[in-house]
Amino acid sequence: MPKDVAVIGVGQSYFVRGYEGSIRELAFDAYSEAMKDAGIGPEDVDASVVCTAPEYDKQRSPSGLIAEYLGLNPQPTFAIETVCSASTTGFKVAYSMIKSGLHDIVVVLGFQKMSEITSADSQERMGRGADIMWESPFGTMMPAYYAMHARAHFSKYGSTEKDLALIRVKAATYGKLNERAVFRKEVELDQVLNADVIASPLKVFDCCANADGSSCIILANADRAKEICKKPVWVLGIGSATAPMTMTGRDSLAGLDAARQAAKTAYEMAGVSPQDIDVAEVHDCFTIAELMAYENLGFAEPGKGMELIQNGETYLGGKIPVNVDGGLLSKGHPIGATGGSQLRTIVLQLRGEAGDIQVPGAEIGLVHNVGGVGIYGNVVILGR
Amino acid sequence: MGFEKFGVVSFTSQSRASAFVDYLEKGEVRGTKCRSCGRVFFPPRADCSWCMKSDVEWVEIKGEGTLVSYTKVNYGPTGFEKEVPYILALADFNGTKVFGRFNKDVAEDTVKVGMAVKVSPLNLSEGRISYEFLPA
Repeated sequence: MPKDVAVIGVGQSYFVRGYEGSIRELAFDAYSEAMKDAGIGPEDVDASVVCTAPEYDKQRSPSGLIAEYLGLNPQPTFAIETVCSASTTGFKVAYSMIKSGLHDIVVVLGFQKMSEITSADSQERMGRGADIMWESPFGTMMPAYYAMHARAHFSKYGSTEKDLALIRVKAATYGKLNERAVFRKEVELDQVLNADVIASPLKVFDCCANADGSSCIILANADRAKEICKKPVWVLGIGSATAPMTMTGRDSLAGLDAARQAAKTAYEMAGVSPQDIDVAEVHDCFTIAELMAYENLGFAEPGKGMELIQNGETYLGGKIPVNVDGGLLSKGHPIGATGGSQLRTIVLQLRGEAGDIQVPGAEIGLVHNVGGVGIYGNVVILGR
Repeated sequence: MGFEKFGVVSFTSQSRASAFVDYLEKGEVRGTKCRSCGRVFFPPRADCSWCMKSDVEWVEIKGEGTLVSYTKVNYGPTGFEKEVPYILALADFNGTKVFGRFNKDVAEDTVKVGMAVKVSPLNLSEGRISYEFLPA
């Protein structure tokens, strides 16, 4: 188990519907918190990696602007884009920059201000995160793609709309406790099942909310981490993989191959197995995505994921607590900031600083962050 | 040119596979086949990354396919407000998968994973063209 790169600081803005500020100010919210958490200043930072999805705001080449505003000139910076998994991809790149010996401390900053455009425009942009030549002309969008995965899972394994609804009820249970979540209400099972259908079988509450938000993760090499940080959280494993962007290129829609492959790589690198994970954050952009994650991460056998939620095993106190910060479903999903928010939750868990949602004695945590409809899969395993 | 006519809203104007649209206008849904390795591509590709060659022929997607999955979309993205609701689907034609929409008169409760479907060209308004699934 390598212990040569650590997280030394984490930060996250409140995730909100309409942030009353510009993207630079939004980025500052997470950055200032992470820098205070790490106890360092801009002069200690060797490089920054900015993670965001294009076309939500008008700024081109946002990394240049963000680096200046955060006081990170003349250090190098650049932008990373893998849609919804941008900030875990940025995390992997930052890890590599440190592991190679090029830099000692790197800032990973993710942000998205989705409220600059309408919800329909947002769906159109997300839809174009799939094949614009052969699929977008039919009127595709993210809920529709995930709905087709849900239907395929139902058909292959006998899972149901109720199983998905149970996942939403769990998310809302914890979203209520998270003051930084955009959706803080509890929801009843019937409410989820009887809501408006967006793309069958997915209904309003099966879908995460658009949000504005930012996240910041600061990584350091072992020497600097031990020198600066009382509770470094070590990067034990990182896996990333891809799968065909087109639905026609996939063997099956009942799971996400990119996530499955990324998990395998991360477990091997960390030298751990699914049973060793104490707490996990998975990419629940839709309820079906969490169900598939249970199976793709090996928390359940393929086709058995619904038993975990039916038996409450992914709640606090269960076999494997998942998304006990409310997940994307309740926190909201500001595209470029999401992976960093997941990483922050796990870092706080491993430091024992997660408050009401603390998993007692958590030693190893996992983050599963997916870009687009399973185009990009990133899995990160962290440990004390 | 020619590819901008494909679908309700097209985001691509040119492709070396735009003969696809010409075949649709002749009433045929065709994919491509690599003349070197024999792989069949749908959606059609102009190039084969297995052979590193760009020598393909056009082959018709015909007969019955099996429905892999589907969804009825009630809220469409920008540009599709007047189209909703519609049923998106993925079907497998003997190992070649096709993504598209069902004919608008097909009711959701008659659609089932595993059902037999066929695919045929569909003329849209203003000279645009696409294809659609129908129960076989």
